Amino acid sequence: MTHPGKGPDGAADTVRGGPRRRRVRAQVGGVPLPLLVPALIGLAFLIVPLIALLVRAPWRSLPELLTSAEVWQALRLSLVCATAATAVSMVVGVPLAWLLARVEFPGRGLVRALVTLPLVLPPVVGGVALLMALGRNGIVGRSLDSWFGVTLPFTTAGVVVAEAFVALPFLVITVEGTLRAADPRYEEAAATLGASRFTAFRRVTLPLIAPGIAAGAVLAWARALGEFGATITFAGNFPGRTQTMPLAVYLALQSDPEAAIALSLVLLAVSVAVLAGLRDRWMTTG
Amino acid sequence: MTEPQETAADARSVHRERRARTAAEGELDPRADPAGNDEPGMRADPSAGGLDAHLVVERGGFRLDVALRVAPGEVVALLGPNGAGKTTALRALAGLTPLTEGRIRLDGGALEGTPPESRPVGVVFQDYLLFPHLSALDNVAFGPRCQGETKAAARARAAEWLDRLGLAAHAGAKPRRLSGGQAQRVALARALATDPRLLLLDEPLAALDARTRLEVRSRLRRHLAEFEAVAVLVTHDPLDAMVLADRLVVVEHGRVVQEGAPSDIARHPRTDYIARLVGLNLYRGEADGHTVRLDAGPAVTTTEVLSGPVFVAFPPSAVTLYRDRPTGTSARNLWHCEVAGLETHGDQIRADLTGGLPLAADLTTVAAAELDLHPGARVWAAVKAAQTHAYPV
Repeated sequence: MTHPGKGPDGAADTVRGGPRRRRVRAQVGGVPLPLLVPALIGLAFLIVPLIALLVRAPWRSLPELLTSAEVWQALRLSLVCATAATAVSMVVGVPLAWLLARVEFPGRGLVRALVTLPLVLPPVVGGVALLMALGRNGIVGRSLDSWFGVTLPFTTAGVVVAEAFVALPFLVITVEGTLRAADPRYEEAAATLGASRFTAFRRVTLPLIAPGIAAGAVLAWARALGEFGATITFAGNFPGRTQTMPLAVYLALQSDPEAAIALSLVLLAVSVAVLAGLRDRWMTTG
Repeated sequence: MTEPQETAADARSVHRERRARTAAEGELDPRADPAGNDEPGMRADPSAGGLDAHLVVERGGFRLDVALRVAPGEVVALLGPNGAGKTTALRALAGLTPLTEGRIRLDGGALEGTPPESRPVGVVFQDYLLFPHLSALDNVAFGPRCQGETKAAARARAAEWLDRLGLAAHAGAKPRRLSGGQAQRVALARALATDPRLLLLDEPLAALDARTRLEVRSRLRRHLAEFEAVAVLVTHDPLDAMVLADRLVVVEHGRVVQEGAPSDIARHPRTDYIARLVGLNLYRGEADGHTVRLDAGPAVTTTEVLSGPVFVAFPPSAVTLYRDRPTGTSARNLWHCEVAGLETHGDQIRADLTGGLPLAADLTTVAAAELDLHPGARVWAAVKAAQTHAYPV
């Protein structure tokens, strides 16, 4: 700390900054080449494609491309479906996370593993699995069709289902982590004040873990927005109905590469915005 | 004596007032309540009012087995070293830790099967656990809200409690804006706002720094004295216990080792832990007349004439240290010791001695300098018989 009366702040800053800068340089000089070279290759590997996207972007015709009816249609559908899928994930995901974090029941480890499975499952497989469950002849879908006349595959609702399937685990894992970090004794304090377990959850736990729920929701939303495999398998690729942005990008790449790049830029911008929104949570640990 | 025409309800309220009054004067023995005979059928069980608990909690090799009786208006402190099971006992009373066996009777009703949210119990937690997202007012209003009051009524009641505890100006503040002493009072207000019949305080002063502690302690004492139901507090600080409580229950290794009025326990400690707490050297031995042969080895001459197993106690200030073997002293208790450690104790220095007899000695900084005390130094320790105190085990 700076001592008072040791001269102007600027001088003190120089004194303080000096050793630290030297130390950093010494550390970089100490990184062995067998580690540094692969690290830099990995970094370039992640960054160069993004730069290429920016370099090759048809900046001049961009406004025109992005205001076309098809782009707007796909963008609107994507935003609506991703938001709906996030809402569905929150309604069922937060209680599921609470169950995993706060209630001890036999097979909890197995349940947690099953919840995490869609994280590592290829999304196409998820789509096929959804068809087997909720398709017109699926084990649940058949009843949905005959009892309620509800058909999910190849509808906008189907897009929401497919996106929720891949996004839900992100939300559950994030919220469960926040719940585990939150002090359960607040719930005990609420209980001693006469709150039932549900009241304690609603009035104490939920407000306490709100930042975690928000982070989980943003993550789930981003995952839903970029969802491709499960969507195209379960909901198909019908413009205006089930054709979301990623599907539109894929289709445009074959007919109109410039449009594909423009659409990709939009998704890139959204991703950067998400990252910026979460930076307080994940990028301040350095 | 109660008048025959007096209704049962009247008798009950009169009785409660009388109990509260005697408890405040510190004269109450819950097991021998003379008023109990006045009301036929009402007080056949002397523990019908207040708390009568036998707490047994077993957990991974640790067993807590504590019996506790507290009259309404009485403040009892569970005092003991860390890990003795005090907090477990408190959690069991609150219903947060299930009993392995035993019972909890509060005002005659069984509580052991009742979930925590349905017990008439208020808890002040060690770090208060004020809900960080709610203002002080809403923290206090939380309990009344859970009891079914409307938002407005709950807030009015909370405001009343905050006012009573001198916190009206901080009603809108979030817990992180409160000082330690204020947060403690908000926690107390929150616990009291549900009108508990049993108030539990877990290390109520441990989270405060030394200066605020003094002020908060005397304030808390006033509030506890006003509280008409049962109060049980847990602390490892003997001073907190003695200032706040009417009666101490000393818990070690999950068991009650001694209980009684603070002054009694200070005068007649029965374990090393209590002796150290109250600042006494304590030994066990076999008495024969004026001489007590200590289990630790040497003999001590006392003024009391006793026989059989006894405790011998003397304060560290009764010990005189000499560099060389004293010749002219009348002290008959003289041991050659080695200084194991020194620590400052107010303006005194406390020397921890080993060797002939392990003991603690208090001396002034000047005396310590003159004796050239340092760890490893060899000294002679003398204690006059008149300053020792022996009592039967």
